[in-house]
Amino acid sequence: MKGSLIIVGFFILGIVCGVMHWLPDLNAYGNVSFLTLCALLFCVGMTVGNNTTLLKSFTKLDPRLMLLPLMTITGTLAATAIASLGMPGRSLTECLAVGSGFGYYSLSSILITQYNGPELGTVALLANIIREIFTLLGAPLLVRFFGPLAPISCGGATTMDTTLPIITRYSGENFVLISLFHGFLVDFSVPFLVTFFCTL
Amino acid sequence: MLKVVAIMLSGMAVGFLMRKRRLRVVPHAVTVLIWLLLFFLGVEVGENPQVIQGISHLGVEALWLSLSGLVGTIAFSWALWKWVSRQKGGDGK
Repeated sequence: MKGSLIIVGFFILGIVCGVMHWLPDLNAYGNVSFLTLCALLFCVGMTVGNNTTLLKSFTKLDPRLMLLPLMTITGTLAATAIASLGMPGRSLTECLAVGSGFGYYSLSSILITQYNGPELGTVALLANIIREIFTLLGAPLLVRFFGPLAPISCGGATTMDTTLPIITRYSGENFVLISLFHGFLVDFSVPFLVTFFCTL
Repeated sequence: MLKVVAIMLSGMAVGFLMRKRRLRVVPHAVTVLIWLLLFFLGVEVGENPQVIQGISHLGVEALWLSLSGLVGTIAFSWALWKWVSRQKGGDGK
């Protein structure tokens, strides 16, 4: 809980700095945050490589855990379909297209803007940013109440890059490989599912 | 994406080469880097007027869709975890 609050604090501090324009040169930050991400991934890689027992544990990994990407995709789409009933202004396929972003906000919002216009594209951008932020901030609580697979499922397509460090931190290093496996498959499903629902 | 995987793999290689030593500093570095990354994400959101203004117009729709999707995905992954950990007998780790 304390860890989560500190993270929220840093995020809010970032928003305040952004809105107030306290930090110079907007474009430089895309690069700095990417480099930070690279440093993070390198550190996460080091902890994985350093832990040789982990590699052995992967051979013992339950094959049923390989079903996780399917759980993520069907769980999200089923719930989004139900949620579309509460949105009279949006069609079922529009809602499913937004849901199919699985946190991959850059690609899904670009694709949806191309097919359905910038309005739904903005919804997709926000919905998928919320999904990623929710995963980053909620990971400790998700693990505590719903088990170590919950943050991986919530992370969707991002579990092999941006949310991988936080999953490693809270689900444990034993879940890094399933997280990579999950992120890889869900990531690949995004362009297919988004275009599929946009063209229906 | 390829770059990201390559960086991860090289980190794994370095960690593996140093497997004789306990890398106690690295988990702390991970925590600090997560803080930094969240700060930068906040700056990006704060500096993008489209996102800030869009939150008031389309944010409710986005929030509704993403939260319902999350509820579904949590339910399904929880069910899978219950199933897997029960058959292993115990905490499932």
